[in-house]
Amino acid sequence: MEDLAVQALNGLASASSLFLVASGLTVIFGVSRIVNFAHGSLFMLGAYLAWTLTGLGPLAGLGGLWSFWGAILLAALAVGALGALLEVTVLRRIYGAPELFQLLATFALVLIVQDVALFLWGPDDKFGPRAPLLRGAVEILGLRFPRYELFLIAVGPVVLGLLWLLFHRTRFGILLRAATQDREMVAALGVDQRLLFTGVFFLGATLAGLGGALQLPREAVTLHMDMAVIVEAFVVVVVGGLGSLPGAFLAALLIGELHAFGILVFPRITLVLVFLVMAVVLVLRPYGLLGRAPSGAPPASEVAAPLPAAMPPALRRAALAALALLVALPPFLGDYPLILLADFATFVLFAASLHFIMGPGGLASFGHAAYFGAGAYGAALLFRHFAAPMELGLLAAPFAAGLAGLLFGWFCVRLSGVYSAMLTLAFAQIAWSVAFQWIEVTGGDNGILGLWPSEWARGRLAFFYLSLALCGAAVLLLRRAIHAPFGMALRAQRDSGLRAEAIGIDAFRIRWLGFAFAAAMAGLAGALFAYGKGSVFPSVLGISRSVDALLMVLLGGVQTLNGPIVGAIAYAGLQEQLARVTDYWRLLLGLVILALVLFFPRGLAGAIRRGGSP
Amino acid sequence: MDRRLTTPHVRRRDLLAGIAIGTLAAPAVLRAQGGAGAGPIRIGEINSYTAQPAFLGPYRNGWLLAQEQINAAGGINGRPLETVFRDDAGKPEDAVRMASELVSAEKVALLAGGYLSNVGLALGDFAAQNKVLYAASEPLTDALVWSKGNRYTFRLRPSTYMQAAMLVEEAAKLPARRWATVAPNYEYGQSAVKWFRELLKAKRPDAEFVGEQFPALGRIDAGATVQALERMRPEAIFNVTFGTDLLNFVRQGNTRGLFDGRSVASMLSGEPEYLEPLGEECPEGWIVTGYPRDDLENPVHTAFREAYRKRYEAPPRCGSVVGHDIVQAIAATLRKAGGTDTEAMVAAFEGIRFQTAYGTGEVEFRAADHQSTLGAFVGRTRLEGRTGKMVDWRYADGANYLPSDAQVREWRPQG
Repeated sequence: MEDLAVQALNGLASASSLFLVASGLTVIFGVSRIVNFAHGSLFMLGAYLAWTLTGLGPLAGLGGLWSFWGAILLAALAVGALGALLEVTVLRRIYGAPELFQLLATFALVLIVQDVALFLWGPDDKFGPRAPLLRGAVEILGLRFPRYELFLIAVGPVVLGLLWLLFHRTRFGILLRAATQDREMVAALGVDQRLLFTGVFFLGATLAGLGGALQLPREAVTLHMDMAVIVEAFVVVVVGGLGSLPGAFLAALLIGELHAFGILVFPRITLVLVFLVMAVVLVLRPYGLLGRAPSGAPPASEVAAPLPAAMPPALRRAALAALALLVALPPFLGDYPLILLADFATFVLFAASLHFIMGPGGLASFGHAAYFGAGAYGAALLFRHFAAPMELGLLAAPFAAGLAGLLFGWFCVRLSGVYSAMLTLAFAQIAWSVAFQWIEVTGGDNGILGLWPSEWARGRLAFFYLSLALCGAAVLLLRRAIHAPFGMALRAQRDSGLRAEAIGIDAFRIRWLGFAFAAAMAGLAGALFAYGKGSVFPSVLGISRSVDALLMVLLGGVQTLNGPIVGAIAYAGLQEQLARVTDYWRLLLGLVILALVLFFPRGLAGAIRRGGSP
Repeated sequence: MDRRLTTPHVRRRDLLAGIAIGTLAAPAVLRAQGGAGAGPIRIGEINSYTAQPAFLGPYRNGWLLAQEQINAAGGINGRPLETVFRDDAGKPEDAVRMASELVSAEKVALLAGGYLSNVGLALGDFAAQNKVLYAASEPLTDALVWSKGNRYTFRLRPSTYMQAAMLVEEAAKLPARRWATVAPNYEYGQSAVKWFRELLKAKRPDAEFVGEQFPALGRIDAGATVQALERMRPEAIFNVTFGTDLLNFVRQGNTRGLFDGRSVASMLSGEPEYLEPLGEECPEGWIVTGYPRDDLENPVHTAFREAYRKRYEAPPRCGSVVGHDIVQAIAATLRKAGGTDTEAMVAAFEGIRFQTAYGTGEVEFRAADHQSTLGAFVGRTRLEGRTGKMVDWRYADGANYLPSDAQVREWRPQG
């Protein structure tokens, strides 16, 4: 019994840490509607800066209390200043871009910060000092419990209280709340939005930095902190309800406690628990625990042209020429370019399938890799357990992925915006953990090996033509679907749900089928990818692959039909080339993405198109 | 620490080919320079450099040191060694793509590398499919040489099974009967726990396993995990966590007194990679496998340590020895094979013997399963000054901790 009480305290301490990060994220999202992927990087920078300041710096000379607590506060403020700087220099320029486009910019920052941190602090994990006055442990119910954890338990509610005061007792806070509710109206009343936005980034980043700095006596500082924390923070924010501080607090408590007790009962559940919780909460309460359905105008996104017009003749000729080259050139290429081209073909289809639900469907997905992976594992499992040949695997893959799409989609398409995107992420993580943990069936982390193409397609050239033919046909099918009545209905429900319903379109059904169709196409891409590599691993349905697809679509431009094709080739090509040139390829890739975002806010294809027509 | 140590002209050529000419034309340019003859022998090395920089930086340093030494001594029958490094960022599917690139565009004679088990397995399967030699340096999974073993794959490091067996030998001498386990939640952690249980039960039928914890890799909730272990009231703990998880686990365990009066057996924790970041938190008296770098004095190892320190202004780590040894093994193989024909290299690699930088004598790549007999050091941890070190250690020769040939034949696909 005493054990359980102490375990509850452990849960509270974790909850406090989670809340600190999540509160900054939710404040930033509430006002700016920016999904700040770089929030975890700010958290990590807070921890690294605090480590440096406690050990070196002018404060260290003061010794004792000052050197520690002063360093923590200074680190938090420095990160806050950095956040404000990022807002002024980068994000401010792209507020007008389509929804989620800012995500690209923040992701570029993640890449840049990873390499900068590696460069500045080196690869080794850092252990911070213990906190003065709070070393050691106290006896609670006969068990030793660290004093610092007790302190952390108190920090969460205190920060919540301070934020409440800020939001309810200061003019700045009241304006922030007003902007959270209706940004346009606040602007119309003459409030200087730029100051407000910079202020909110400072606040959010400071909270992230503080969260990171306070981990110093508790956890090692590592280069992997950013990704580990950002996903959990997103979950907390979404479970609590976007923009809701009390909601984030409640969600952090829920997840902290569930985790602490979950591992007592199911020690192996650690990987998926938070995602299971998020899925259940979102299915029962589509806007999180304390969130409200968004009211007022959606964020400053531009409405797409009603029907994508035919390609300008010059562009069409260029596209046909490129296709002719793809058919005619390969016999003269070496093995490696053929492998690359086959990879690119699968990426193009993968991106195009995500684009189908994101662009025409209006449903962003953070977990599209689930269907890529469902196709790959569908084929691989048939091979492993029934020795199925490649032909059968390729045939079965779209069905496996489509079924997964039908199942997960039924839940996801009921929600909208970031909620729906996060639910797709939750399902993708659940699928990933099944592949990762069900070792008897999927081989777990070690994957399924020996999945090579049939004899006739084993040559690089034959396999490339197979990939080109299948992916090309599938991409054409997706485009055909967009122009068909089905695609029109899909766009209708995106642009105006009410009117679409009024003319007899079953919006839910259309979205659901659109989701499943996109999933099936992603599955085909996944299976081809798997045969190209000869093996399948859980990483094919990991978060980073979902993010890749999202970046490809955003980079190309969401509202153009050629966007995913251009985006996929640009992103995959850049990554491949940069990784061969330097160890610091993440930094370069991040800088390139950032430049593209700033110069082509409508995406690459959008820019090409605009340049090509009068 | 220098992290950018590829052979400079390879880098420059890549840059030119990659940026000026573009992806498609690049291989044609390189092919013109790749042919056999008296030119350098090229090795393709793939590893997760950006994903695991702390472990692979020293590894690459050890690799380059060995390569420089071999080339300074005249290379392989007059031909220098040259390595093309690639970063797979921890993704096995990228590793496979890079393997094709290295073989077909860079014309490497053989592949090497791998840190993560799944990357090793993916490369091993690629090697079997494409009939290319693959010398796996770091991956620990048993499957690499046993259940998924193949003719073209060889592995240097002592595997999960071997490391667990070394710890069991010591653990069986303890009075403790009630064991709890904590391991990262993936294949390595799970098979380490499985072997430890099986092998300990065989030696000590009275041993009892009272509970297990499987924190997610890199994301341990250390406070809750420590409390959950405390709740099982074990007499001893078997730990498989490493890296960041180990740091957080140890700090919480120290604060909460989890290790007071309990024995702990811990995989790999004696390696400088894991022991040094712990600093003053280093626990006392854990039974660990590792590498007592500063106290290991013999002519071969001392020379290696000093050469490494001189070259990089930092002491070597366990990874440095692995990087150094795999190059030595490859060089020995190339000398014996007398060329870069894959079948000749495979034949030469089977049973090849070479000197390890540990200075503990010759190591052999067994013909039966292509596993090397490189061992590890087993000892106890102790805090001295501000960092931990290994004491009371001895070298556990890998050959003594491998299952019988008959057993191996049963596990390994034949033919």
